[in-house]
Amino acid sequence: MSSIEVNGKSYETDEEGYLVNLAEWDEDIGKVLAQGENIDMTPSHWEVVNFLRDYYNEFQIAPAVRVLTKAIGKKLGPDKGNSQYLYELFPYGPAKQACKIAGLPKPTGCI
Amino acid sequence: MATTQLSAPPLKPYPVIPILEVGAMAGTKSFPANAQIQQALGFPGELVEDWHDKAIAKLGELLGKYRSLKVYLDACVHCGACTDKCHYFLGTGDPKNMPVARQDLLRKVYRRHFTWSGKLFPKLVGAEDLTKEVLDDWYSYFNQCSECRRCSVYCPYGIDTAEITMAAREVMDSIGLGTKYTNEIIGKVHRVGNNLGLPGPALQDTLSSIEEDLKEETGLDIRLPVNEKGAEVLLVTPSADFFAEPHVYSLMGYAKVFHAAGISWTLSTHASEAANFGMFIGNYAQMQKIATRVRESVLDLGAKRLVVGECGHAWRAAYSFWNTLIGPFDFLDPNYPVPQHICELTYDLIQRGALSFDKGANDKYVVTFHDSCNVARASRMGSLPGGQFEIPRAIIRAVAHKFVDMNPETIREKTFCCGGGGGILTDDLLEVRVKGALPRMEALQAVVESDGVNFMATICAICKAQFSKVLPYYKFNMGMVGGVHQLVGNAIRLGPK
Repeated sequence: MSSIEVNGKSYETDEEGYLVNLAEWDEDIGKVLAQGENIDMTPSHWEVVNFLRDYYNEFQIAPAVRVLTKAIGKKLGPDKGNSQYLYELFPYGPAKQACKIAGLPKPTGCI
Repeated sequence: MATTQLSAPPLKPYPVIPILEVGAMAGTKSFPANAQIQQALGFPGELVEDWHDKAIAKLGELLGKYRSLKVYLDACVHCGACTDKCHYFLGTGDPKNMPVARQDLLRKVYRRHFTWSGKLFPKLVGAEDLTKEVLDDWYSYFNQCSECRRCSVYCPYGIDTAEITMAAREVMDSIGLGTKYTNEIIGKVHRVGNNLGLPGPALQDTLSSIEEDLKEETGLDIRLPVNEKGAEVLLVTPSADFFAEPHVYSLMGYAKVFHAAGISWTLSTHASEAANFGMFIGNYAQMQKIATRVRESVLDLGAKRLVVGECGHAWRAAYSFWNTLIGPFDFLDPNYPVPQHICELTYDLIQRGALSFDKGANDKYVVTFHDSCNVARASRMGSLPGGQFEIPRAIIRAVAHKFVDMNPETIREKTFCCGGGGGILTDDLLEVRVKGALPRMEALQAVVESDGVNFMATICAICKAQFSKVLPYYKFNMGMVGGVHQLVGNAIRLGPK
């Protein structure tokens, strides 16, 4: 198993760099995970990450891309409620990259 | 993730057999499944100590069970007809990605242990022991095959090379060597009901959100019902249709078709997945267990028709295997195909004049169609041979003005795999996926240049996800790929009933 160092403490990650224990997550860990993805976290990034975590807490899964874009559109304005905007924030794909930064497991399947 | 380091091979105007690069892909390995994932499926958690003997015994068991496997291992004469037919060989140049060489990784061990000449004179007949190095090759190269069976079309003996890959994966699972991608997903299907791990409440929340969107778009109450007893149709579709783009646009298309035709239908949380990765790993028991959810759901909900959404290998499982896995379906309406593909359903409605379209709604598109391997080479649609090629194209022509086919050597039964099928649609094999997409990308490039194609329709969740990911590596827009029912959904005329 791999791990990441945050503030002198070590946290376990899986072979793809996803946090193993999502209860350990905090914003500092999120920032370190984002650095690994070459992403500078802005307030817009945090909006997405926080929404993912809230949704996950309720449903035990990350939201569908369409559910996410609609929620972000409501919060940040209709011009941002689309997957193109999310890809600008998270170029490798909002589902996988934003989940990783949010400390959530990687969505699997034919996606 | 290494998004920028990986670059795609250059597109060439015509196919060229690559210069061999021995061992180029030997080190490219899918992440192995951990003990927890393996044990959940009843496989050993890690490579067992007596793996050699166990592997040979398992191979013997499979040879006893599947006569076809023995025929395929015996029949090859190394004529070479398949060598340049595999997209992974064409994209990577690694000779062990030639179908004949990939199969020989298993065939040489078969000869050593199961033929008299291989037992007595191994060197003369290309027989070899199963060493750790050979096993490493198995893990690398049998997980760089998408079981698409294009090579089989060109094999003069009709050797089904996918069946050899499946057997190799089955042997590896039995000694503790599974891949994380396939086996974690199969575990989720058993635990949660679908590949994504989308629990019932999340599915319902997602579907009501899409109903809201459809209401906003059309002003109509177009429903996405779930677990509705007594609905005429149970639709089983890939869970990616609920979750990802462009998949979800096809889901909205199916809903519009059912609405316009006035057919009552439902999804099921218990069978919220059409995919059957048990097929990819060659494991009959897993395949049957996954398929059983569908039978249970259709009986529980009392549906009279069973319809399958846009998912390539699911249609193979449904069309070719469901009857023996979970049949008979004598309780379903015999006036309709059992099971029925969503394209058959829509095509039938078009033929009967039950749907009408504003083709102009798709005028921004010049459309081409990518035949998905499992639909093309392992199934059929409609009542005529080749229906699996004609019906999706007929639907596209009914809903869009501009349609062109790609190079005939790359479509229909000769179609190239998208590069992500057969259980390798995973980030850790991205290099294999990008390179394996090369032949399809070359054929696409040609019609982009000649006809201005800007939309490649397909009827498989894996193809959609794979192309969305790899198109940008070839400088195409990821939005160029979408579903046939996405186009249907754009053009269908909906009125208050």
